[in-house]
Amino acid sequence: MKPRVEVESLSKLYRLGSIGATSLRDTFSRFASRFSRRGKALGKKEKPSAPAGRQGPTPDTFWAVRDISFSAKAGEIVGIVGRNGAGKSTLLKILSRITEPTSGRAILRGRLASLLEVGTGFHPDLTGRENVFLNGTILGMRRWEIAAKFDEIVAFAEIDPFIDTPVKHYSSGMFVRLAFAVAAHLEPEILFIDEVLAVGDAGFQKKCLGKMGEVATQHGRTVFFVSHNMGAVRALCEHAILIEDGRATMDGPPAEIISRYLASTVPDETAGELDWTERDDAPSCDDVEYTRLRLLDHHGTVRTTFEPDQPIAIEITYRVKRRLRGVRFDVGLTTQEGELAFVATDHQFQRDIHEPGLYQTTCIVPGDLLNRRGYAISVQCDIPGERFLIHERNYLSLVVSGVGNQSSSFPEQWPGVVCPRVRWEVRTLSEDAVPA
Amino acid sequence: MPDMPPSPAAEAIPPEYEIHIEPRTGWLRVDWRELWEYRDLLLVLVRRDFLAKYKQTVLGPLWFILQPLLNTLVFTIVFNKVAGIETGGIPPLLFYLCALLPWGYFAQNVTTGAATFTNNAHLFGKVYFPRLIVPVSAVLSNLFALGLQFAVFFVFAGWYALRGEAVYFGPAILLSLPLLAITAALSLGLSLLISSSTAKYRDLSHLTPILIQLWMFATPVIYPLSKLIGGDGRWAWIAWTNPMASVVEGFRFSLLGRGLWHGPMLCVSALASAIILVLGVMAFGRAERTVTDSA
Repeated sequence: MKPRVEVESLSKLYRLGSIGATSLRDTFSRFASRFSRRGKALGKKEKPSAPAGRQGPTPDTFWAVRDISFSAKAGEIVGIVGRNGAGKSTLLKILSRITEPTSGRAILRGRLASLLEVGTGFHPDLTGRENVFLNGTILGMRRWEIAAKFDEIVAFAEIDPFIDTPVKHYSSGMFVRLAFAVAAHLEPEILFIDEVLAVGDAGFQKKCLGKMGEVATQHGRTVFFVSHNMGAVRALCEHAILIEDGRATMDGPPAEIISRYLASTVPDETAGELDWTERDDAPSCDDVEYTRLRLLDHHGTVRTTFEPDQPIAIEITYRVKRRLRGVRFDVGLTTQEGELAFVATDHQFQRDIHEPGLYQTTCIVPGDLLNRRGYAISVQCDIPGERFLIHERNYLSLVVSGVGNQSSSFPEQWPGVVCPRVRWEVRTLSEDAVPA
Repeated sequence: MPDMPPSPAAEAIPPEYEIHIEPRTGWLRVDWRELWEYRDLLLVLVRRDFLAKYKQTVLGPLWFILQPLLNTLVFTIVFNKVAGIETGGIPPLLFYLCALLPWGYFAQNVTTGAATFTNNAHLFGKVYFPRLIVPVSAVLSNLFALGLQFAVFFVFAGWYALRGEAVYFGPAILLSLPLLAITAALSLGLSLLISSSTAKYRDLSHLTPILIQLWMFATPVIYPLSKLIGGDGRWAWIAWTNPMASVVEGFRFSLLGRGLWHGPMLCVSALASAIILVLGVMAFGRAERTVTDSA
């Protein structure tokens, strides 16, 4: 039997300038800037430049997706994993026919539905009932199919009493539940899902995941699932594809893909310190470069393993190359499972003007906050509301382990991205006399 | 296929369900079979346009007839009573209302259809369906409004008849159907051309309402066609180059029994509309392939 989905060296070339061009004037000014350097200086914003290694045949083009091939069988749930900007969404947009590839081809055998967003085409003034039909037909269902499943959809969404109320009066939870319920009852042979499970409360998410698994295993559908939630990818998929810099670099069992993905987000050489003073590959832009990143304990020692109750200092040393106003640094901690724990910024503490020179900013994460697990540490430098200087990337990783966590003294993993020290008040209000 | 019970993985997929994704070439590639498969979406969108337009309004569907009635009233006062433009013996109210039926339909189609990509950018960026469904649904849902306006026209015609005016009501009324077909084809073709060009450059979307308004003055809505082709004939070229001119006048012939049924000019209109429609479908097909890339 032929595979359900066959993708052969699919590529998509984007023109950098065409993103955001909305009027004839923009095109003229871009055209003019090709011939004069003044034209470029007059432009409102610096045009984005192609990421390294993805440069297209001309300077203002880049490969969003390059030479991707894979296939998938009926009944398979395929996880598509990769960093932001790696090309996952573009790949999904090509496969769901929202945009055309530049070259290559794909053959999809069966009816197709894509869920790149929950509630596409919902009209706020129409009732829940009307929107179920509207959304269902937009997703490619026939009206009789929707009518036949209508009661099931309403029951799944748990909004029975409000089905004839305009959806603009719905709470966001109700809206999302109804929208997902429609999508969950699609019966295409091939389904694309992009991060939609990031919505809704935990209980509903679980229900949706269950529904997806059921759709694939019992009805032989093929599901493509793009997610940053490694837990969900591991639980649902039997096959995963890793997308890096527009290319499919790995195709195989999810466990291997996930560990490769998580490893790729953190450089291997990390020993609690990255020092670029003697090297020429420092993360940099025209304005700023990092010279050193370090993880320090409260004694000032560089390390990667911390006790749960110890504070952790994330130290960023950077060189400013030209006078800058309003620069800030953002530090993000992501768990090894790929869930974002938190992002902190020095915006309130940072100086207003940076003259050229060497500076340092240190984020001190208090003890008794992190849970016992591995975290990846990302750093980003930007001028809020204006532009990015150095894009977010994971540079270092650390492990919180040991006893001394107040919630559990057992070595097993405790749930949650953090495990802060909280205060408990336990009281006896009255004690019943125990008969002697 | 869909009415078979779902069966496990062995389920064979008929070859017509195979979707091939590759860079498209060629000028006129419309997947008619796929359009037919999405006919339910067409119906639902027509219903949505119709319902959403008057939800949360006090007068509801009355708005579909109030606009031409107000226009007729203004035209009667300004152009007939004040400026003294002759209506050729036809009661002015019926004269204007009759011409506003095809013209209003035409103008509404062009303005709604022209905004296809700009109004649906978000939808188009998230889900695939044949994009042609959207402008076609606009043309169909405007047909409902036109139906209501027709009814109003006949109410007024009946009222004039009761007052003893000579009101025509005869078989020529059937001629309005081919005229409507020309109007629909022309307006759909134009809206496809305009929306394709606004996909990249929004400039034309600002120009469209002005052009439509100017176009109305070049069309025998507020004056009879005889004014254009009569006299020394120096305005006749307007009538020949404007496909709507003979159509609007033809409507008067069809519904009022008076007016000019200009056969050769109507043939030119029909041909021009067909050409514009084909060009529109071609341009739209090219624009839809990459429109989401620049949204």
